[in-house]
Amino acid sequence: MSTIASDIDLKEKIVRAFEQTPDRKNVQRTEAIQHFQKLGLPGNKTEEYRFTPITKALEKNFSFNQSSPIETKIKSIDQFLIPNLEANIIVFINGTYSPDFSKIISPESEIKISDLRKAVNQNEAPIYFEKYLQTSVDPFTALNSSLWQDGVFIQVPAKTKVSKSVIVLHINDAETEQSIAHTRLLVVMEEESELTLIERSASTGSNNIFHTFAEEIVVKEKASLDYVKIQNDEGKLHQVANSMIHQSNNSKLNTFTLTMNGSLIRNNFSIAIDGENCESHFHGLYLLNGNTLADNHTVVDHLKPNSFSNELYKGVMDGNSKGVFNGKIFVRPYAQKTNAFQSNRNILLTDTAAINTKPQLEIWADDVKCSHGCTSGQLDEEALFYLRSRGISLNEAKAMLLYAFALDTLEAIKDPILKTYLDSLISKRLNKF
Amino acid sequence: MLSVKNLKAKIGEKQILNGIDLQVKAGEVHAIMGPNGSGKSTLASVLAGREDYEVTEGEVLFEGKNLLELEPNERACEGIFLAFQYPVEIPGVSTVNFMKTALNKIREYRGQPSLDAVAFLQLMKEKMKLVEIDQSLLSRSLNEGFSGGEKKRNEIFQMAMLEPKLSILDETDSGLDIDALRIVANGVNKLRSKNNATIVVTHYQRLLEYIVPDYVHVLYKGKIVKSGGKELAMELEAKGYDWIKNELALA
Repeated sequence: MSTIASDIDLKEKIVRAFEQTPDRKNVQRTEAIQHFQKLGLPGNKTEEYRFTPITKALEKNFSFNQSSPIETKIKSIDQFLIPNLEANIIVFINGTYSPDFSKIISPESEIKISDLRKAVNQNEAPIYFEKYLQTSVDPFTALNSSLWQDGVFIQVPAKTKVSKSVIVLHINDAETEQSIAHTRLLVVMEEESELTLIERSASTGSNNIFHTFAEEIVVKEKASLDYVKIQNDEGKLHQVANSMIHQSNNSKLNTFTLTMNGSLIRNNFSIAIDGENCESHFHGLYLLNGNTLADNHTVVDHLKPNSFSNELYKGVMDGNSKGVFNGKIFVRPYAQKTNAFQSNRNILLTDTAAINTKPQLEIWADDVKCSHGCTSGQLDEEALFYLRSRGISLNEAKAMLLYAFALDTLEAIKDPILKTYLDSLISKRLNKF
Repeated sequence: MLSVKNLKAKIGEKQILNGIDLQVKAGEVHAIMGPNGSGKSTLASVLAGREDYEVTEGEVLFEGKNLLELEPNERACEGIFLAFQYPVEIPGVSTVNFMKTALNKIREYRGQPSLDAVAFLQLMKEKMKLVEIDQSLLSRSLNEGFSGGEKKRNEIFQMAMLEPKLSILDETDSGLDIDALRIVANGVNKLRSKNNATIVVTHYQRLLEYIVPDYVHVLYKGKIVKSGGKELAMELEAKGYDWIKNELALA
């Protein structure tokens, strides 16, 4: 029973921390903390977090007592950027927006990037704020919605292609003490707009980091979004990201989540396909080692007929790492002629690595094409022998097979510089095996 | 070139090879024939270094080196090539890239410089003609969705690229129609020289009409029970394997 008792302690600590903040009187935040109190932190019996002991990790590694903001010593962000990629850069350090490091190069006629906190505080909260990502479902959305420090609000006008990508860079400075950050993202893409959005976490120092994200992205009619998350923070990052993308008629979406490092990475990633003739490629790749735990909980919700979704998540687990995949697909009664595919494939390289994978399909319409499959296993011995019998060493043969296994998750990425960069991260990791 | 003495091997608890003796010299073609389950493919696999098998006794020398101590890739670099009975499909790896990597590994082992892209393509085009294989096939994922004939031609193409000293063809005729068989055999024959040797493992005499052996060995219950010239293959075809079995039973 001790676990439950300390759960309450941690929950109370967080609520008390909220009561110390200057935002405590904000209506939306107050409502969110009430939801958080009601939902509580997930214990080991909570189905949605059964394989991911986030609460234990938080209890063990973090103090939630209010402390003064951390003075960062970060002087340059160059090492965290993507080489050769000319992009708009939005930087958060320990959850606080950094105007000094951020750099917007696209004209305002192409993209409007503003301070979400300001927009919300001026009592003219954007209409899509907390519209599709509700605070009553996941405790970490509720937690973020009550405690969020800063956020960015991105608007892309109709019929506009944003020619330069947008990178949202989250840096946690954990040199001197733990870092706790809660940040938000709201993106509204108007009709027929196009955008490539990249998000990356990085850190310095070896203290613990807890970061929650709440992200809402609205993709209106005929708009097209490429969304890439790069999760290769080598620090002690514990993160819970709640991301929700809402698609309207004829919109296109490519997502790619690459997870390579971190202590505990939880992605709750949902796509609501609320339009006809939409196309969604929902890809992920987790290449884990050490003690990293990466948990992808995904939802594809087909609400309207005639749309297509293809979810492909792949993982390679080495060392003592653990992967978790949960893929929910809903096809609502009205969503006839839906094509929805899901595949989750895993390779375990050691006896101590693990994967828990679970597809969950709920199909209410009768005229649909849906398929799903999940596999987990070792590298194919016969294929390894075949490569070796042609002069390729065991380690190189393994690297070749793993790279070939991983590569198709990158297919949907269009920007060649970004693709080359992701490819280099993947190659480098796999050649190490 | 190859000297096999009293080779015994097992898989799990099952003894499959019970003392094989075989001498192969440069320039020779040896056929290993035998009924199903006699150990033909096991012999091919043991020579190539497949780890499922445990060698319990005997020795294998290849150009004076102890082959059994070498990793499969080292054996390939030394000049051994196994054409697989069931070539493996490998999604995401094209034959072209695979061959480029393999060839340069072997060249590196032999102290030769890597081939650049131009030289590699030139070599590839030349070797493609040997087995009448199309470049578009080689740009695709290795063996994925290939027909039986295409897979076997790809094996011989790889053999042509890597220029081994000793080629072991494991049931290369299985699953081939007569045209594909002719193309494959033709490729093998063109690659024959006084410096290399070939071991043809087959159940039927059919392939040996096209690849004419210097020696024929009959394998039965993990031992070579009869050796002779190419006429032995004809005799086997005419009389069947029961003839050997009966002869052994009488002896």
